[in-house]
Amino acid sequence: MKQQITTFNFKTLNQIVPFISYRISNKEFILNVLHNHLSYSLNILKLHLNYQFKVLSCISGVDLIGLKYRFCVSYEIISLVYNTRLRIKTFVDEVTPLSSLTPIFINADWFEREIWDLYGIYFNNHKDLRRILTDYGFEGFPLRKDFPLTGYTESRYSERKKRVISDKIQLTQEYRLFYSNLSFNI
Amino acid sequence: MNLRKKQLIKELKNFTLNFGPQHPAAHGVLRLILELDGEIVKRADPHIGLLHRGTEKLLEFKTYLQGLPYFDRLDYVSMMAQEHTYSLAVEKLIQLKITRRAQFIRVLFLEITRILNHLLAVGCHSMDVGAMTPFLWAFEEREKLMEFYERVSGARMHAAYIRPGGVSSDLPLGLLDDIFLFSRQFHTRLEEIEEMLTKSRIWKERLVDIGVVSAKDAIDWGFSGVMLRGSGINWDLRKSQPYEIYNEIDFLVCVGNSGDCYDRFLIRIEEMKQSLVIINYCLQNIESGSIKSENGKVVAPSRFEMKTSMESVIHHFKFYTEGFNTPHGETYVTTEAPKGEFGVYLISNGKEKPYRCKIKAPGFTHLQALNHMCKGHMIADVVTIIGTQDIVFGEVDR
Repeated sequence: MKQQITTFNFKTLNQIVPFISYRISNKEFILNVLHNHLSYSLNILKLHLNYQFKVLSCISGVDLIGLKYRFCVSYEIISLVYNTRLRIKTFVDEVTPLSSLTPIFINADWFEREIWDLYGIYFNNHKDLRRILTDYGFEGFPLRKDFPLTGYTESRYSERKKRVISDKIQLTQEYRLFYSNLSFNI
Repeated sequence: MNLRKKQLIKELKNFTLNFGPQHPAAHGVLRLILELDGEIVKRADPHIGLLHRGTEKLLEFKTYLQGLPYFDRLDYVSMMAQEHTYSLAVEKLIQLKITRRAQFIRVLFLEITRILNHLLAVGCHSMDVGAMTPFLWAFEEREKLMEFYERVSGARMHAAYIRPGGVSSDLPLGLLDDIFLFSRQFHTRLEEIEEMLTKSRIWKERLVDIGVVSAKDAIDWGFSGVMLRGSGINWDLRKSQPYEIYNEIDFLVCVGNSGDCYDRFLIRIEEMKQSLVIINYCLQNIESGSIKSENGKVVAPSRFEMKTSMESVIHHFKFYTEGFNTPHGETYVTTEAPKGEFGVYLISNGKEKPYRCKIKAPGFTHLQALNHMCKGHMIADVVTIIGTQDIVFGEVDR
């Protein structure tokens, strides 16, 4: 294992990776990349001898409702050789598809399916973009901020049809949310 | 009658088999669509999500403290490892240092959790393959370990013991002595299990050269933990990116070389022995002192304080009902959970509830490679491979 990269030289990095801004928060390196530069940047970071970010640890979506670019997708990559982590973030609106990372990282497959399932962000060139976590025949994107916690449907066994059906949800009580502006500030 | 050549050739179609979701060897609710050619697996398509409970969504509606017990319920055989990761993430957001004693207690219980998990992994794996006895022995030991959980937190599994700012309560008297007694006798139990399995011809026939993953494949598929080490890559987050007090403990990282199921079994056994080393280190060096941070906004006040000061009563009430605001920020914290790299990506918008909490489960990436590992193997090996991946559906489906 080589020396851990503790500080990136972002200037030299910017010469090979077209990121728009960088940030270091809590000792974690974050690069913001335009969504059409995403595959290219990650490919460079994976293959470049000085970086070798070969493991894709996680892809997570974030719903930033109210912003022009509604969704943030962040990719956590690890360089085993340099013992370093890096987060690549990209922002898209509701209609723009992202390009799939499956040609670069095989394991992006399920992560992208999950984001498609939960957020509705479409991935171009993905071979098998089915829903993954939700039920067969589920509609809607549950992790979006405008999707209610209780959901819209519930499953129950129908005596008439002799099978489990999904029905419109019936709540005996509205879901209560408590907002307080009085919590401790750290 | 003239038959055309086309009509003479029968059209053969591969046999498609539905495996699970209620199969005892599926380790929960895995549904596999297996495409078979005779007995050989051509394609395995895992259907997951049958245990999806929307943990990530629920966490957005709970305060930081209320969200903690959900982590016990993700991977329900390595409970504390996950609440620990979450606690680390929250502590990183609010930049909180915890006391030495709390760190020792955490590491002690993390390693107990690791043994707990590996015992189940090895036990259930051997039962899937056909050896009944090690399973029973492993569960007897698990019982003892869960008793330690119970003594320290009151719950046998879903402990909610490791919390942001330290641990929830101090160790009861005599617990460390009993853990010491356990660690002394556990060696012999491990040897018994090894005697049954390691050199057993049947066990070897079922495991050696099954589910081979090369080092390159393991990296490409994003493996972590035992699955990555089994393929010969020396990568353990406890060593490479140490947290708590792991950097001062002298323990070995076990690495395989052939990347098959048998190597991973050996690594699990060896890791349990290394866990004992770490537990012994903690027992010998544990320091006295406070188990919680001094920051009164992040941890609840003690009972004693509440009896004497009104301020503490108010704090206690506000802490458990309204929680605390964390500053704006985001963090991705990973730890070496027994199954691999468990990560929590936490985004805070300055409120008392997380804006987003993404959970990276190691099993998710491992299960993804099931098709890759099963292809070309016999159908009975699918069970072996699911067993060696140590899949638990609580964390895969979240």
